[in-house]
Amino acid sequence: MVRIRGYRRPDPGTQPPHFHPPYVSSIKRAPTKPLVTIPQTLSEITGPVFGPQAVEPKACDLTSQHAGSPLGQRIIVSGRVLDEDNRPLANMLIEIWQANAAGRYLHTVDQHGAPLDPNFTGCGHTITDAEGRYRFVSIRPGAYPWRNHHNAWRPAHIHFSLFGPAFATRLVTQMYFPGDALLPFDPIFNCIADEKARSRLISLFDWETTIPESALGYKFDIILRGREATPMES
Amino acid sequence: MPTPATTSQTVGPFFSIGLNRLRANNLAGPGVSGERLTIEGKVLDGDGQPVPDAMIEIWQANAHGKYAHPEDTQEKPLEQSFYGYGRVPTDDHGRFRFTTIKPGSVPGPAGKPQAPHLVVSIFMRGLMKRLVTRIYFPDEAANDSDFVLSLVEPARRPTLIAKKVQERDAVLQWNVVLQGSEETVFFDC
Repeated sequence: MVRIRGYRRPDPGTQPPHFHPPYVSSIKRAPTKPLVTIPQTLSEITGPVFGPQAVEPKACDLTSQHAGSPLGQRIIVSGRVLDEDNRPLANMLIEIWQANAAGRYLHTVDQHGAPLDPNFTGCGHTITDAEGRYRFVSIRPGAYPWRNHHNAWRPAHIHFSLFGPAFATRLVTQMYFPGDALLPFDPIFNCIADEKARSRLISLFDWETTIPESALGYKFDIILRGREATPMES
Repeated sequence: MPTPATTSQTVGPFFSIGLNRLRANNLAGPGVSGERLTIEGKVLDGDGQPVPDAMIEIWQANAHGKYAHPEDTQEKPLEQSFYGYGRVPTDDHGRFRFTTIKPGSVPGPAGKPQAPHLVVSIFMRGLMKRLVTRIYFPDEAANDSDFVLSLVEPARRPTLIAKKVQERDAVLQWNVVLQGSEETVFFDC
């Protein structure tokens, strides 16, 4: 017998459906049959956890990966990784990727007219400290045109990928910037009806982490699934 | 007051720039115990077209049925050179392939052992959140009494069981079919 302490199911309305027709790519890719609900077992409450040995300390600074500095507004993105009960999650790997200041990704599929920046790759990673804190240095990504609908533009965003403590807590999300005029029109940001949950995807401008004459600070906390109160025998 | 978990968002079309570093299509280096297998397949969309921009992540126990994770408290051996994690993107033709060992059995609900399986996350442009599924193994008597498989209607169970490939030893085929009559079973866990 093993005692399993599972992870809570999401609050209704806070996680998107797979089928979301305004996001056209979902139409041929989302499952059409209902998901089969299964109990969490040892397979789901364990998972890959990459500790400090998997991290290159310099990888949290996306502005110092090349000979010169990238173009664009320098930013500090920082925050905490917490569970739903506001407990900090230490030693959690965070991987990020983003477009450059002109809105172009360093990817062969992205061939739109904006220029590449020889001093910007657009990917980084770091790990949370004992209090669940993380910090990236980057540049503010530009808006990105896509072909989902006529004149479609993605609001500026940074992709975040986290494993959390278990297979059950795996999360990939996107961080947005406050006051972005494109947010109301973006079918990805607007994938859920819950306005509060949506607003938690928008970082907060932060004076405390803003560095004079250097970089603007943005705060973005990431919440992973919390644990069930009582363990089950398994 | 609890705060609900952050809303999932799609990985989009360009995830490879951020998620390349942990790519691993060989989970079992030299000296790892267990039956060595290559699992290959395709990811297919609702038109039967290959999905060239998907990423598959695998998590599994070692051949003894032990996960390399602090919450696996079973008294079974860990193996230094086996972690159990894989990350494999699809190629331009929607194909993926990885090599691993067949895991041992791990405990399941009500203390009953589960049939050997891998747990799988699938990410791609077009999906606002991951898909979760499992890969089971062919000719495995324990499949008949597996708790998770028993929750799936019998006609759909074969989508979760990798198939032997004729005249190719140690190769199994397992496709991800996103829609239609052969649609893979996806889980909510």
